[in-house]
Amino acid sequence: MLGLNSKDFRLLLIVLGLTMLAPFILNPFPESSELAQFNAGYPDLMQRFVIFGIFAIGFNILFGLTGYLSFGHAAFLGVGSYAAIWMMKLLTMNVIPAIIMAIVFAGLFALLVGWISLRRSGIYFSILTLAFAQMSYALAYSVLTPITGGETGLQAKTFDPRILDGNAGELGRANLFGLEMSSSYELNLGAWEFTFNTGYYVAAVVLLIGFYMSIRIFRSPFGMMLRAVKSNQQRMNYTGLNTRPYTLAAFVISGMYAGLAGGLMVAMDTQVGPERMFWTASGEVVLMTILGGAGTLIGPVLGAGLIKYMENIISKINESILHQWFAFMPDGLEDLLISLIYPFIGKGWHLTLGLVFMLVVIFLPGGLVQGGQKVAGLFRRKKAEKSATATKPAE
Amino acid sequence: MGILEVKNVGKRFGGLKALDNVNLNVMENTVHAIIGPNGAGKSTLLNCLIGKLIPDTGSVMFDGQSVLGRKPHEINQMGISRVFQTPEIFGDLTVFENVMIPIFAKRDGAFRMHAYEHMMDEKDIVAETEKMLIDVNMIEKRHEHAASLSRGDKRRLEMAMCLSQQPKLLLLDEPTAGMARADTNNTIDLLKEIKASRDITMCIIEHDMHVVFSLAERITVLAQGTPLVEDTPENIKGHPKVREAYLGEAAV
Repeated sequence: MLGLNSKDFRLLLIVLGLTMLAPFILNPFPESSELAQFNAGYPDLMQRFVIFGIFAIGFNILFGLTGYLSFGHAAFLGVGSYAAIWMMKLLTMNVIPAIIMAIVFAGLFALLVGWISLRRSGIYFSILTLAFAQMSYALAYSVLTPITGGETGLQAKTFDPRILDGNAGELGRANLFGLEMSSSYELNLGAWEFTFNTGYYVAAVVLLIGFYMSIRIFRSPFGMMLRAVKSNQQRMNYTGLNTRPYTLAAFVISGMYAGLAGGLMVAMDTQVGPERMFWTASGEVVLMTILGGAGTLIGPVLGAGLIKYMENIISKINESILHQWFAFMPDGLEDLLISLIYPFIGKGWHLTLGLVFMLVVIFLPGGLVQGGQKVAGLFRRKKAEKSATATKPAE
Repeated sequence: MGILEVKNVGKRFGGLKALDNVNLNVMENTVHAIIGPNGAGKSTLLNCLIGKLIPDTGSVMFDGQSVLGRKPHEINQMGISRVFQTPEIFGDLTVFENVMIPIFAKRDGAFRMHAYEHMMDEKDIVAETEKMLIDVNMIEKRHEHAASLSRGDKRRLEMAMCLSQQPKLLLLDEPTAGMARADTNNTIDLLKEIKASRDITMCIIEHDMHVVFSLAERITVLAQGTPLVEDTPENIKGHPKVREAYLGEAAV
C-alpha cells in the first residue's frame, strides 16, 4: 500500500490512529477526578507532541541513518520560525506560505552549515554544528535584532503590512484559509471532556506526511546508502561512492524537517524568540531520538512524546498536590514520603528525565522501541509455549 | 604494455624511506604477487595505488591514465577494487544489501539520490545481486547481518562486493592472513575460480608462500622499499638473492 510493505504500512496506520484519536487517548481521566492532572489532551500540549515529533523524525534521518550527531539542530528550528513569522507579518496570516518558507530557509541554512561541518566527522562534526547553532543564537540576540527582534523576539502585530490579507487594522490570527488554528470543538461525554483543536489536526496531518516520507527514505536506495555511511565509510569510498553528497543531502533533509517544525510552532503560536535556538533545545532533540530509539522509524516520535509529557505533566505536580495524595497516611510517614519524592517533581522533573534516560541507555540501548520489542517477544514466547503444551495431549 | 605501471615511486615518512624508486609492471589478465618481509613497503605501495597515500616521486598509471591526485572513489571508478587485510564490509547491513551497494554504485556513479523508490523495486539490480550471491555460494545467508558472519564468509562477501563492480584490477592485501589452512585453501580455490571465469587482473600481497606459489604467474620481491627481483614463480624459488633476503626456510 502506498509503496510500503505490510509491516511499514501497519506502522503508518498505528501512527494515524494515535494522532487522530489523541484527544481521547491523552484524556483518559474524568475532568473532576484527582488524576485529571495527568491528562495531556489539551491543545497546547498535543501540538507540542506532534511538532517535536516532526523535529525528532527529521533529526533521526541524519543521526539514525548516517550516525552523524548534530548538536545544532535547534538553529534550523529557529531559522524556520523566523522565516514563518516574517511571512505572516509581510504576506498573510494563512499558515501555508509561512510553513513553506520555513522549510525553504531552514534547508538553505542547513546547506551552508552542512557544507562546512561535514568536512569533519565524529566529535568534530558535533562541535562544528554546536558552534553554528550558538553563533546563530548569539546573533539573533544581538547583531541581527532588526531581523529577529532581539531578546523581545517577534510577534504578529496590528500594524503588520500583510499584503495578501489586506490589513484591516486588527490583530490577525493564524489560519488555514479562514479556519483559525486556535479554534477548538469541545465534546462533553459524561464526566469526560475532549478538545478537538484545528491547529493540532493541521500539525498532525503534517506529521503523518513527514512520517510517511521518512519511511520512504528509510526503505529507499538512498536510505540504504546512508546506513552504509554509518557502517563503513572506508568501504563506501572503495566502492566508488562519494560519501559527502549523501551526508549533505541527509543533513539538508533533516534541517528542512526542523524548519518545518519551527514553522508549525509559529503557526500555533504567532511569536518567536531567540531562546528557541539555545543549545539545550538542540540537546533535547538528541535525547528524544536516543530515548525513543535512534535509527528506528517510530522511536523518535515516542521519545518526543515522552519528554514533552514529562516536561509538562510532572513539572506541574507540586508539594500541596503530594500532600493531597498522601493525606491518608500517618503524618510522619506522609512527610517522609513527600520529602523523598519532592526532588523528582515540579522543577525537579529534569532529575526524573535524567534517571529515565540513564535507565533506558543502560538497559535498553535501542530505546523505547527495543523495550517494546522485548515485551512483544516475551508475549510471543508465552504464546508459543502455550500452544506447545496444548498440542501435547493430542499425541 | 601493462595495465598497471608504477614508475620510480618513492615515499618517505619522516626519515624513513618506505619506498625507494619502485618500478612495477602488472600485465593484463595475469595474477601478480608482491612479496617481501615485514616492513618491505608492500602495504605502502598498495596505499599509493588506491589514493590513500600520495607518493613523493614517480608516477602510477592505470589503463593509460594517471591515478595520482585522484580521490579513492574516483580511482575505484577507473576499475580498481581492493580487498583489505581485515574484511571491510558494511557490518550493520544484510549480506544482500552489502552486494547491492556496489551494483548501485556501478550503475549510478558516485552519487544519485533515489529517496522515493523502494530498494527492492529495482528489479535489474536485485536480479544481479542474487546472481552474484549464487556465484559465491552465499545466497542462503542473504538476510544475515554481515557483522555476524564467520571470518571466511566475511572475506567471501568482500570478494563478492569487489567482483560485482566488474573491476579490471583487483588488489588483494593478504587475503588469507589469520585464516586456518582449510579456509586458506578455500580462498585459493575461490580466487582460481574467479580468475578462470572472467577477464580480470589480480595483484596480491601475501605472506603465505603456499598461496603465492599456487596462484601467481609473476612475482615481485620487495625488500627495504625497493624491488629486489621480478620473475616467474619457478625462477623466484631458486633465486639465491631471494632465498637470502626473504624466503629462508620457507622455500625448503
